[in-house]
Amino acid sequence: MTHVNEAPTTPSTPGQRSGGSKVELDRLVRVYGSVRALNGFSLTIEPGEFIALLGPSGCGKTTVLRQLAGFEQLDSGRVLVNGQDISNVSAQKRDMGMVFQSYSLFPNMNALNNVAFGLRMRHQRSAQRLKKAAEVLEMVGLSDQTKKYPHQMSGGQQQRVALARALAIEPQVLLLDEPLSALDAKVRAELRDQIRLLQKRLAITTIFVTHDQEEALSMADRVCVMSKGRIEQTATPAVLYRHPNTAFVAQFVGVSSRVPSRLIGREVEIFNQRCAVRGDEDLAGRSDVDAILRPEDVAIAADASGIGFVTHKSFLGATTRLVVQVGETSVRVDIRSDDAEDLEFGDRVNVKIIARDVLVAPHVDATATP
Amino acid sequence: MASVSGPLGGLAFEEAIPDILGEAPTPRRRRRLRFRPWRVIIMTLAGAYFLLPIYGGLKFSLEDLNGRFSFEAIQNLPSAPGFSDAFWLSMRLALATLVVSTLLMVPTTIYVHLRLPRMRRVMEFVTILPIVIPPIVIIAGVLPAAPLWAKSSPYLLSFLYVILVMPFIYRSLDAGLSAIDLKTLVEASRSLGGNWLRTMTSVILPNLRSALLSAMVLTLALVLGEFTMASLDLWTTIPVWITQFNTSSNGHIQVAASMLGLVGTWVFLTIIVSIDRSESRRSRRKAGTL
Repeated sequence: MTHVNEAPTTPSTPGQRSGGSKVELDRLVRVYGSVRALNGFSLTIEPGEFIALLGPSGCGKTTVLRQLAGFEQLDSGRVLVNGQDISNVSAQKRDMGMVFQSYSLFPNMNALNNVAFGLRMRHQRSAQRLKKAAEVLEMVGLSDQTKKYPHQMSGGQQQRVALARALAIEPQVLLLDEPLSALDAKVRAELRDQIRLLQKRLAITTIFVTHDQEEALSMADRVCVMSKGRIEQTATPAVLYRHPNTAFVAQFVGVSSRVPSRLIGREVEIFNQRCAVRGDEDLAGRSDVDAILRPEDVAIAADASGIGFVTHKSFLGATTRLVVQVGETSVRVDIRSDDAEDLEFGDRVNVKIIARDVLVAPHVDATATP
Repeated sequence: MASVSGPLGGLAFEEAIPDILGEAPTPRRRRRLRFRPWRVIIMTLAGAYFLLPIYGGLKFSLEDLNGRFSFEAIQNLPSAPGFSDAFWLSMRLALATLVVSTLLMVPTTIYVHLRLPRMRRVMEFVTILPIVIPPIVIIAGVLPAAPLWAKSSPYLLSFLYVILVMPFIYRSLDAGLSAIDLKTLVEASRSLGGNWLRTMTSVILPNLRSALLSAMVLTLALVLGEFTMASLDLWTTIPVWITQFNTSSNGHIQVAASMLGLVGTWVFLTIIVSIDRSESRRSRRKAGTL
């Protein structure tokens, strides 16, 4: 059995790490009964990179993280850290810091001892490890909470202690398993920024699992969208949003509307308007397709003889999101809130496709009964 | 109708809503107990059911042969023939049972919770069997089959007591383990470099303290009161001594021994609960909340 860090590295002062580790996941397969949770999953993560695994429940993102942490055995494939195969290395010898969704602080220890736990496992002297733990707690803004027990802290504080505990050991890789999903919106936003800042400062390779696209897009250097144990697309947030490779990515990342359309050559006809088709989706032999429209791909204007009418109106701050019904199709449109003031439910509008090109997908009849 | 996609499109609205419920301090309400006649009746009946026999036993053990109040029976108890041997044997058996049952049941229950959660129902069924099967059946089955060296040692009883206390220990530990997020705690410990032994001693067992203490109390109470197995295995434990003591000489001593067992268990229970409470209080004081 290969051991990575048989004697785990002695951490120095927090914040002084110069670079992370390269992680390679090579054709991972994990089967639970008849379900293939991971189906040949391969991904390379560069040193110091922050990558988010994004996907719906059951897509296998947490399974990837658990394989990486060493909590589960692979059916096939390899996990490499800095070129070393750690597939058969036990969890306690992998030198990975993990933050769990459910905080996972040890209830019998106060914040300081929770953070110092990993250092104790590395046989650091008591005074040294407590000093280091206090430093890391200060780093996450909890220097006044060192003596508090988990049940005496709020969810946000507990999760920051959990983050400090994972960082204190200066792991090769930081694994974050939906660490923000149990927190309220305000704390979630604060902690999101804090995690990102710390990750940049420590330049630690970080893998962040989430089903929240907003979190993934705002935090990660790259986002890996997963579905059914496979990668749909891995790209920077901007590329993922603007140039999704598949209809699944387009629909999962950001907001979009699926509009039944007609394919004519390399163009698509939507609401009697023609628009170029983006990407190289193989739609040979099809004429009925669905166009995937982002809210900003569409413009509307009030018109008593317009083809659609407003069915929903949601104020989002600078913009307002409208849902416009055109025939049997609902289309989401974002317009400036000032312009939306005059539009009310039931108002007739004209719909114009303003996107240069749109993504198309095989037509799905939403009205068809299964 | 074509669908409007974007599964998380509504997030912005959710974020705009302040989490009032999550942040608001919970007001502490004082409940005033209202007088209800049926409550008083039930409490009186239940109290009488439990306390009257104890009162009777206590009164009888604090009387001399002429029916006057006296500590004579209790004073004479340690010097009563065979009492101290029976007492120490019971204590040794209780301790051995505690050690064996803890060593057997704690890792087993943790393993079932962690790795074989589907086996919990089976475990519940198996561990309830000692309640269903009378002790006399167990000892009658074991004695003919046990080798001579085992039969000649009183500690054979300890192994049988382990079976008897299994329902209580398992349920106590099961409740304790269900109250903590065992899987995540273990994974957190292991990801921080903790091996199984350190994870058990530093993370799991400290969080099972109350469950372990209640399991210990139940074990002691059961072992100190067990009669059938000890009697059939021909070992004179406290309950066997009580029945064998010559009542014609002084029945008060016999009852005093029974009361001593009862009070002893109660004192032990009080000590354990006090330790548990003072530990919790000390933790809170350390955190500066008291």
